[in-house]
This record gives sequence, C-alpha cells and structure tokens, in this order.
Amino acid sequence: MTRSLSSASAPSPSAAAAPLIEAAGLGVRRDGRWLVRNVSLSVRPGEIVTLIGPNGSGKSTTVKAMLGVLSADEGRIERRAGLKVGYVPQKLAVDWTLPLTVERMMRLVANHPRAAIEESLAATGVAHLVGAEMRNLSGGEFQRVLLARAIAGRPDLLVLDEPVQGVDFNGEVALYELIGRIRRETGCGILLVSHDLHIVMAETDTVICLNGHVCCQGPPRIVAESDEYARLFGPRARGALAVYAHHHDHAHLPDGRVVSVDTDGTVHDHLHDAACGCDGEGPSHHDHHHHHHHGGAHSHPPHGTGGEAA
Amino acid sequence: MFAEFFVRALVAGLGVALVSGPLGCFVIWRRMAYFGETMAHASLLGVSLGLLLDLPLPPTVFATAVLVALALLGLERLGGLSTDALLGILSHASLALGLVAAALVPNLRVDLMSFLFGDILAVTWFDVAVVFGGGLGALGVLALFWRQLLASTVSPEIASAEGMKPGIARLILVVLVAAVVAVSIKIVGVLLITAMLVIPAATARRVSPSPEVMAVASSLCGMAAVVAGLFASLNFDLPPGPAIVAAALLVFLASLAVPRRLIMGSR
Repeated sequence: MTRSLSSASAPSPSAAAAPLIEAAGLGVRRDGRWLVRNVSLSVRPGEIVTLIGPNGSGKSTTVKAMLGVLSADEGRIERRAGLKVGYVPQKLAVDWTLPLTVERMMRLVANHPRAAIEESLAATGVAHLVGAEMRNLSGGEFQRVLLARAIAGRPDLLVLDEPVQGVDFNGEVALYELIGRIRRETGCGILLVSHDLHIVMAETDTVICLNGHVCCQGPPRIVAESDEYARLFGPRARGALAVYAHHHDHAHLPDGRVVSVDTDGTVHDHLHDAACGCDGEGPSHHDHHHHHHHGGAHSHPPHGTGGEAA
Repeated sequence: MFAEFFVRALVAGLGVALVSGPLGCFVIWRRMAYFGETMAHASLLGVSLGLLLDLPLPPTVFATAVLVALALLGLERLGGLSTDALLGILSHASLALGLVAAALVPNLRVDLMSFLFGDILAVTWFDVAVVFGGGLGALGVLALFWRQLLASTVSPEIASAEGMKPGIARLILVVLVAAVVAVSIKIVGVLLITAMLVIPAATARRVSPSPEVMAVASSLCGMAAVVAGLFASLNFDLPPGPAIVAAALLVFLASLAVPRRLIMGSR
C-alpha cells in the first residue's frame, strides 16, 4: 500500500469522525426577539463549513453562541473535551490608550515561541509588521494579524468571522488559499462566516445559508466548472473561489414572516414551520423558484473587491 | 534628617503610587475613570458608616466600596440604563448618603475634610501597613491574572471564545479598584484619588511601547509626583494631597513636550 499524500488532495472530512463542535436546535433571543432559532450545524476535524446570509441574519450570533461568547436560550451545544479554539471576531477596536504591538497581540491569550509567531505572521503575509502598533495597521493588515494570531496556537477549530473584510481581491484569494493550506496541514476544522451570498471559498465542504434559521445548505460549485465566473474572476481565482447556488423552498417577507414558495411562484401565506424543509442532512435540492428578500438572483454579479470598504 | 511624620507620608504615598500605576492603566484602557470616582464616593460613605456604627474603618470602607461596585454590576444586568447613568446615580447617592450619615454621628471627632482632600501628613504606621497590605495584595492579584485581564480588555470576545472568563476579569478589576481607592482615601482623599489612577497612566502612555512597560512607567510617574508633591508641600507649606496631584499634572504636561517622533506607536 502506498501512503496517501495528504497535500495532494484535500482530505474529505470523515463522516465517522466525531464533530469538534455541534449545535442542535440553537436559539438566541434578545429583548423578546429571536435573533436565530432552530439552527443545527456541526464542524468535524478537517471540515470547512461556510456560513452565509444577509446582514442581520444571525451569522455572528450563531458562531458566538456556539463558542460560548453569547449565552444560548434554546438548544444544545456540544464541544469535544479540551477543544482548542482560534477565533477571529468580526469587530475589534484597540483603544488608542493601549500600546499594543503586533508581536504583543500575537501573545494575547497564550504565550508562543518567537519562531511560531514569526511563522504565523509570515504565513498571512505580514511578517514585516511584527514590530508595528496594532492601531496603525490598515484594515487588511489588521485582519491578517488577527488570522495569524488565531493560527499561532495550532487550534483544533478555527472560527473566522469575515476574515477577508478590508482585504483586496488578490489578498482574499491568497487568504482563502492559506486557509485551505492550514486545513490540509493541521487537519483542523474551520467555521467561516462570509458576507458574500454567492461567492464562497472553493474548499468549503458545506455552505449553510442562514437567515434567522437555516434556509438551505449544500456544497458549493467550484468556479472552474462555471465558465462565466471563471471569466469574471480570472485564472487565479479558479482554485480559491466557488459559487453557491441557493435552493430555498420559502421566502422571507420584509416583516419577518416566512412563507413557502411553490414551483409556479405562488406564495403561500401560512406560518412557516421552523424546520423549513431544507435544513436536513446533506445538500438539498428543491425544484423551487429562488425567492430571497435580499434580492440575490443566481446571476448576481460577484463583488469585485471581495470586501466592504474599511 | 526628616521628621518621622514626613517619612511616614513619603512611604504611604509611594505605596499608593506603586499600586495605582498598573491599576490606573486598566482604568484608562477600559474607560473606568468615572467608576474610580464612584468608588471614591462610596469610600466616603464607608467612612461615615464606620464612624456611625463604630466599626474599624479600613474593612468597612472596603466592604462599602465593593457593595456599591456589585450594585453597579447587578443594575447593569437588569438593563434599561447605561453604565454612565448608573454610575451617576451610585456616585452621587453614595456621596449624599455619606454626608447624611456623617451628620448623624454624635460628637464627630474626625474632620471629614481630611477624607475629602486626604491627610497624608497625619498617617500612622498602621495606615502605612494598610496601604502596603492592600496594595501589595492588589499587585499580586494583577500579576497573577495579568494575561486574562489584558486579553479581556483588548477583546472580551476572543478571550471568551478561547477559554478565558472576561466576566471574572471584570469583577477582579472592579474589586481591585475598590480596594485601592479604599486604602488610598486617607492619603490623597476622595476628591483626588481618581487623579492618581488616571494622570500617571496617561503620562506613561506617551512613552510606552507595551502594556507591561506602561504599567511600570505609570507607577514611576506616580512615585515621582508623590516625592515632588510632598517636598513642595514641606518647603512651600502647601496642602500635600493637592500638591501631589499638581506635581502629577506637571509630569504629564512635561510628557506632552516629548517630540512626537519619539512617542511609541506613532508614525
């Protein structure tokens, strides 16, 4: 028997492996309103799960509740014992009164050898900034340092809340390549939150579309298979980005109600049950029209910069 | 040589500066200056209660400050009002209740003014022992939990996600500020204790490349202010508490003259 080369192809997450973290029927309520409800998802070792959804759909709330940053009001969260987490939050502002160099930031939660710090910074392309002050970094540099900090401790689970915000398009492709490499080299599980509803990291195993609940989920289609996207993104993006096609059997009305949608486009105004028929195991493919209140049709033009203005 | 009362004052003042340095850094990093003020007012309430009920002052003052701090955390959990508004209520309610309680003390033999502005020249060796006992204890806790406290200050979310307890870190800081204010009240007084937390730390910021250096530099700035203030008080017959704070201000103003290019962390 020849030994399989782990770097030759991405190890597909073994379905047998126990999840690193698993949420079942997760719900978070604040001020009488459910921010998310009935969310079930899991991340296994070596698996990349990408959470997408419109603004305010509860992506950050979901990961924070799973990590224990927020308390959940409903459901169950199970973490593997001794799970080591590396977290890149969506927002972080360093007060100007706090002198904090990149090097000190890297040792924020745990001490690491100098070599590990330099290696992580080099991996995210910011080794030259090791002596810089955090508050003088640009948005993209800041994100790269946060990612370097999160991987320096060799976590079992990497949770990245919009890690490519403020990073230009080439940088986004490079960071996705890096995230893929981290997964291949360390075998860690990765939970990624993306602001982009249609373009996701190509190595994502499962995309979960969230809008208060799980609207649909499944694997993305890699860009190389789609000539149109391949032309738009250029050859470099072929391996890094992928297209996710939504298949919803329901629509979200502006007032927050959820209605089912038939193949002929008729909207049935009955109260939607929380399970919504498409958040079961594996990819779901319904022959329904795509109705989504954020207006994203499948031919939605991709974001050229891949990031909101910093 | 100097009179013993002056040596006692110097030692007590240096003790206060030593511990208020690092703690003051957290006060400005976490924007807790108003909280320090509230603890000072709560300490005055503690003094009045101690005198009224004939209880030993140091533990009574500390317990009162901690209770007011816990009341703040409880009211925050209740929601509905901002921390700023809650501090406004607790701070001035403590001050008013303290003054009311003081008026109820029969034959008040203690000059309340000495607690408003401090009376460092009247400190006893017992007071010095209280300052160093409380102060070194506070420094020990700071050192022990330093990484937790700092990580929770930079990002409570990262700290929490990666296994730390930012809620506990906050509780520790709140209790430490209460303790330091309570043991310092006799030295610099209710009205000026926040200055000893904030001014040396703000001075240190301009010359510090890291949080740890800032903590040490803040202590040194405070100690310099204590020495300069006490000698000025001795030579020019100035009230010592205000002289110390004025000296701290001078050190801060001098730090503003440091050329910008030499300031750590500016481009």
